[in-house]
Amino acid sequence: MIAALVDELRAAITPERVRIGSTELGLYGRDASNIGGSAGAVCFPTSTAEVQACVAAAHRHGVPFVARGSGTGLAGGATPLDHALVIVLTKMNRVLSVDPINRLAWVEPGVLNLDLTRHVAHLGLHFAPDPSSQQSCSIGGNVANNSGGPHCLSDGVTAAHILGLEVVLSDGSLVQLGATEAEPVGLDLRGAFVGSEGMFGVATKVCVRLTQNAPSVRTMLMDFNSVEDGAQTVSAIIAAGMVPAALEMMDQLCVQAVEAYIHAGLPVDAAAVLLVEVAGLAHGVEADVARIIEIAQAHGAGGVRIAQDEAERALLWKGRKSAFGAIARIKPNYYLHDTVVPRRMLPQVLRQVYEITARYQLQVLNVFHAGDGNLHPLLVFDKREPGVMERVLAAGEEIVRASVAAGGVLSGEHGIGLEKRDFMPLMFGPADLAAQAAMRRAFDPAGLANPFKVLPSPAACGDVQHVPEGAWV
Amino acid sequence: MGVIELAAFAEAVGSAGPVTIAGLRTRGGSVADVRCVSAPVGIDWVQPDEMTACCGAGTPVAELNAALAEHGQRVALPSSGTVGGALAVGHSGVRRLGDGPVRDVLLQARYVSAAGEVVKAGGPTVKNVSGFDLCRLLVGSCGTLGFVGDVIVRTRPIAAHSQWFSAEATDPHECFARLYRPVSVLWDGSTVWALLEGHAADVSEQATNAGLRACDGPPSLPTGSRRVVPPADVASLTGTFVAEVGVGIVHHADTWTPPIGDPRAMELESALKREFDPTGRLNPGVPFG
Ligand SMILES: Cc1cc2nc3c(=O)[nH]c(=O)nc-3n(C[C@H](O)[C@H](O)[C@H](O)COP(=O)(O)OP(=O)(O)OC[C@H]3O[C@@H](n4cnc5c(N)ncnc54)[C@H](O)[C@@H]3O)c2cc1C
Repeated sequence: MIAALVDELRAAITPERVRIGSTELGLYGRDASNIGGSAGAVCFPTSTAEVQACVAAAHRHGVPFVARGSGTGLAGGATPLDHALVIVLTKMNRVLSVDPINRLAWVEPGVLNLDLTRHVAHLGLHFAPDPSSQQSCSIGGNVANNSGGPHCLSDGVTAAHILGLEVVLSDGSLVQLGATEAEPVGLDLRGAFVGSEGMFGVATKVCVRLTQNAPSVRTMLMDFNSVEDGAQTVSAIIAAGMVPAALEMMDQLCVQAVEAYIHAGLPVDAAAVLLVEVAGLAHGVEADVARIIEIAQAHGAGGVRIAQDEAERALLWKGRKSAFGAIARIKPNYYLHDTVVPRRMLPQVLRQVYEITARYQLQVLNVFHAGDGNLHPLLVFDKREPGVMERVLAAGEEIVRASVAAGGVLSGEHGIGLEKRDFMPLMFGPADLAAQAAMRRAFDPAGLANPFKVLPSPAACGDVQHVPEGAWV
Repeated sequence: MGVIELAAFAEAVGSAGPVTIAGLRTRGGSVADVRCVSAPVGIDWVQPDEMTACCGAGTPVAELNAALAEHGQRVALPSSGTVGGALAVGHSGVRRLGDGPVRDVLLQARYVSAAGEVVKAGGPTVKNVSGFDLCRLLVGSCGTLGFVGDVIVRTRPIAAHSQWFSAEATDPHECFARLYRPVSVLWDGSTVWALLEGHAADVSEQATNAGLRACDGPPSLPTGSRRVVPPADVASLTGTFVAEVGVGIVHHADTWTPPIGDPRAMELESALKREFDPTGRLNPGVPFG
């Protein structure tokens, strides 16, 4: 079946851009998660028409297909199962048009997040969602995962910045979901598509909102003797009616690892560090900075370091963004989790995270979006240690369960993919899951767009539908 | 913190026969001659430090806002009618430029499906990507996919200072370009109005910089039609209108027929309706959106 499909694809989009070599199949057989799958073929379309041709061919052959951006997803969303066709969108990477007056742009899905921001920087604009992976992740992937980032606290995650989409549906037909219009007639199909993890179709054009750069920005670092004090400061800032541009927390192990790596003068003795950024117009920013410092000091903040210039601001952010590089000095492998809890539950759930990881004899670093309660426990390990992967997975599951039990949710930005598919019943009952499955069926009645992700297979159809597990690697 | 009981509401909606739902009827209300239900009323909780609130869908927006105001917060919904009605219709008010669309307000909804079951969409936290975004689909669906019983909504701080300004303007974008994240910019072809919020000193500096003078409030909006056009088309509008600059929503004196949507998108809408309400019993005859 795959051979016939490959012939057809080669005729449709030129042979060089359809690959079945073992190198390509290996490379595109997984994303940045710890879950491996198996690709049947990999194709690299360069236009909407070519995507349509690829999808239509897959549909004719009944072969599942997986849209892939940069493959930085952490939940196995872009991991192909069952020898699916991988449709790589990185060659569709043009910014098609920019409207600087109304602050929007049409882009192809393979445009990298940071490239878009650079492209419009001279207009005093940027694309607000800023995942830590922004140098390498694609706008298409951001849309599919409804990605977030530190600055999504005040500006909202990707969903708040998408106006319109052009989508190739699983039968190869093309549909326009929204456009530059604020409130198109009918159901909010573009809103439904955002966060659909490649299971509703392939986005081939995206209309994004661009955001004005703030005239004034203040970045500060505050240290605390306990994680509780830091977390309570976060809640108190929000309750006082301020929504900073970013509100990030690092715990001691993380600060120490980062400091050893970048030498930014971070307070390595503190139990927790808050990185707070306030952005906007000058008077409001200065007033907020003063109030935030007052609140932090009332909650026992030790030192408060305010970046004096752009270089120091960049250094403080480098500390936040270097966690991944820094951990390589501790252990060769990491598993990054992503759950959300109500802000007021942060101290309790963090305590549980420490307790769980200690019980499984694992090291954990916490570096996370405290402002919206989005935890990112980073488990570090050496996978050559026998039995360690089982402990990592078991600890991860307990962390997810503790977060949901605290009134939280399974994922704040990485999505469900394969990683958390089987945890969905922790949050949703059978009727809730059936409604989500109904959404998928309406968009993809053939069930060929990235199947077996997000939704656990209902027990009732276990006999007709096998669910590939994806191998944890 | 209690949990709103939806069993009675689900029973009222039932699982067979046409049924319609009414809030305060400020947005057209229910379908005539069809059995009518109403959603639970009342605020379950307000969490200022989470910036979330939970209430029955039948709760008036004004009541929710009054409760939130005690904590210096508000919900970014147009102020008339019920919370459920505002969400079901999904039309934003003139603060949309700053507040964002109505759909961004809804974090979690529990609705009664056409089969009479209580279904949960979304989740209680301000950030959540667990599963498909059914909440987005419910907002603006005019009660054609399910009847919302209770919701958890995102709240926002009330700004320290808020003031409307105006100036003569033949090109609305000149003023628009000079303002930093205004909450609203309106234009009727000759006058531009702007709502600025934040620190009082910032607000007055911004206004001076853009050549604006303080005024009592926004103009009254023509009610012939509420048109949705590409924001780039605003500068070339004609007739009697007030346009939301940077958004493209136009309050016009004349009536208007919206353009026909993409036929493939309409097929998707029909497919969704068939999935969610196969017999067409919920708000029969109501077009979505
Ligand atoms: C070091 C590191 C840090 C990260 N930090 C963050 C962070 O701060 N915040 C955050 O939210 N995420 C973060 N991520 C996760 C990841 O970068 C994001 O999910 C990102 O949006 C994925 O983009 P991508 O182009 O790599 O998508 P891929 O991994 O290629 O795909 C992700 C999903 O999108 C689908 N998809 C891709 N393109 C399309 C398309 N055109 N149409 C339809 N579906 C499509 C795929 O099928 C898949 O389900 C991080 C990852 C890494 C490795």
